Parts: sequence; C-alpha cells; structure tokens
Amino acid sequence: MKYGMEIAVAALIIVFAAVFLVQDAAIQATLGDGEEAWGGADGEAADLIEASGYEPWTEPFWAPPSGEVESLLFALQAAIGAVIIGYIFGYWQGSRNTT
Amino acid sequence: MHIMEGFLPSPWWEIWFLVSLPFIVIGLYQLNKLVQEKREALPLLAVAGAFVFVLSSLKLPSFNGSCSHPTGTGLGGVLFGPCIAAVLGLIVLIFQAVFLAHGGLTTLGANVFSMGIAGPAVAYLIYKAGTRAGANTYATVFCAAALADLFTYVVTSIQLALAFPGTAGFLGAFSAFAAIFAVTQVPLAIVEGAVIMLVFKYIVQLKPEILTRLDLLSESTIQKLREAAA
Repeated sequence: MKYGMEIAVAALIIVFAAVFLVQDAAIQATLGDGEEAWGGADGEAADLIEASGYEPWTEPFWAPPSGEVESLLFALQAAIGAVIIGYIFGYWQGSRNTT
Repeated sequence: MHIMEGFLPSPWWEIWFLVSLPFIVIGLYQLNKLVQEKREALPLLAVAGAFVFVLSSLKLPSFNGSCSHPTGTGLGGVLFGPCIAAVLGLIVLIFQAVFLAHGGLTTLGANVFSMGIAGPAVAYLIYKAGTRAGANTYATVFCAAALADLFTYVVTSIQLALAFPGTAGFLGAFSAFAAIFAVTQVPLAIVEGAVIMLVFKYIVQLKPEILTRLDLLSESTIQKLREAAA
C-alpha cells in the first residue's frame, strides 16, 4: 500500500488525541476550583525538589513576561524549524523532478 | 522538559558540563570534517537540526495530566551519531534557555547530556544493531527514535536523583522523578518515533544517495524499500 505508513501514523495521532480528550474529561471532573491540570513535567519535578526545602541558587536572567509572549516564542521556534524542513524537502523534490 | 535554571546544586552542574564537553568538541570536529568531505549531506544536517527545533517546541499533553515535549534528537543521532547530535541539541537548548527561560544556562551541561548525547547515542546504537541484524529499516528507525526520546527523560531522572537523593536514597528519588518525567514521556515517545519514521521514509524516497554516502543504508536495501513504496 503506497500510503500505508502515512495512514498508520495519522491513525496513531488520532488515537493520541482521543485518549487525551477522554482523560481530560475525567481529570476536569475531579478538579477543584482554581486548580489547573496539564502543567509541565518540569514544574512538577521542581515542586517535588522544593518540597524538600531546596531553594534554586539562581534564576533565569530573563523570562517571557507572560504566557502569550512565551507561546509566541515557542511558535517562532517551531516555525523556524518547519521552514527549513519544508525548504529542503521541496528542493529535493524539485531537483528530482527536473533530472 | 529540561532541568530548570538553578535546580542543580554544585558540584552537579559543573560535573555535567565536564561530561558533555568532550562530546561537543568531538561533534564540532566531526561537523568540520562533514562540511569538508561530504558537503552534499549538509541539507540533511539542517533537516536533523530543524527537527529538534520543531519537536522540542511542541509541549504535548500526555495521558497522566501533565505536559512534556518530544526531543527530536533521535533523527540526528541515527543520521550523524551522538556527537553531532549533541551540537544540534546544544543550539536548541541555548535558544530555549536564553529566550524562553525553559531549561537553563547553569543546567545546560546536564540537559545537553540527556537530550543531546544519551538519547541520540541510544538511537545510533539501536539503528546500527538493527541494520546489522537485517531488521526492517522503518521499524528500526521507529524504535531508535522512540527509545531515544524515552531514554532522554530516564537520564534526566537519574541526574535529578543523583543531585537530590533526599531521604529515600538514589533509587527512591529516581522512581519519584521517573514517575514524573519518564511516565509522561511514554506516549510522546511513541508519537515521536512514528513521526521520525515517516520523515525517514521521505528521505529514502527523495535523497537515498545521501544515506548510502553516510554508510547508513546499502544500495540494495534502498532499492527494496523504494520498490515496496512504489
């Protein structure tokens, strides 16, 4: 099958999204007021370490001032990568067609 | 998810810098050689680096109520080995530490070791073993990338458990950190393995000559893979 692998990967991603939605519904049902699920694993590890009384000895010298600015920079990072991947695969595809 | 700024006490952050340094130096040397001798592989190097950029910026929700992101370094590890992958990982980690306060400059050594060296080394070894054993190429790439992703976070858990054994001792601390990092990572590792497998298929279709040039696949294997896809 020509697109067998594409279909399999797409199916896997759909399953991944579906399990997330089911799991999210279950988590939201038990969440109290003001609590937020789906935080970062690094933050959870930091909480665990700080619970033992450890204080980080240095802070990031600059942090994105808001969640919006942070998501802008993460999106920018993904866009830079995606442009490069698209450019090179397109270049390869184009040079195959012309030779 | 990387170790955050300030969360590795001395001497651990210095130790991980020292451990990572030789890999970066060898990686720069290998990169220099690649640029001089195998220029046609440079676009592939850019793709491998760009993949780390894209995948490590996507914070995905896992099944246990927390988020983490894939690493993308498995592709670089398979294609160019762990030392060059370490350089690619270093670039992305500096970007994230400086602009995003994600990870940190003092924890850079430890994060480069887990994401740039340990993970890609696993990917590289699995790929070599798989091709030598004659296993299906795409299945091998899937396992290499997925396990590289997972192993990155096992190493992160080891690094934190070494620095913070607490009252539970190293093993107790390790299982606590692994429960946070590695368990979250399992579904993401599977997705990452699948995506990188797909990209590898496109490289085989579009630019197989680079793969033979890098001694990754023999011409007969490429012939077989291309016929199967046609």
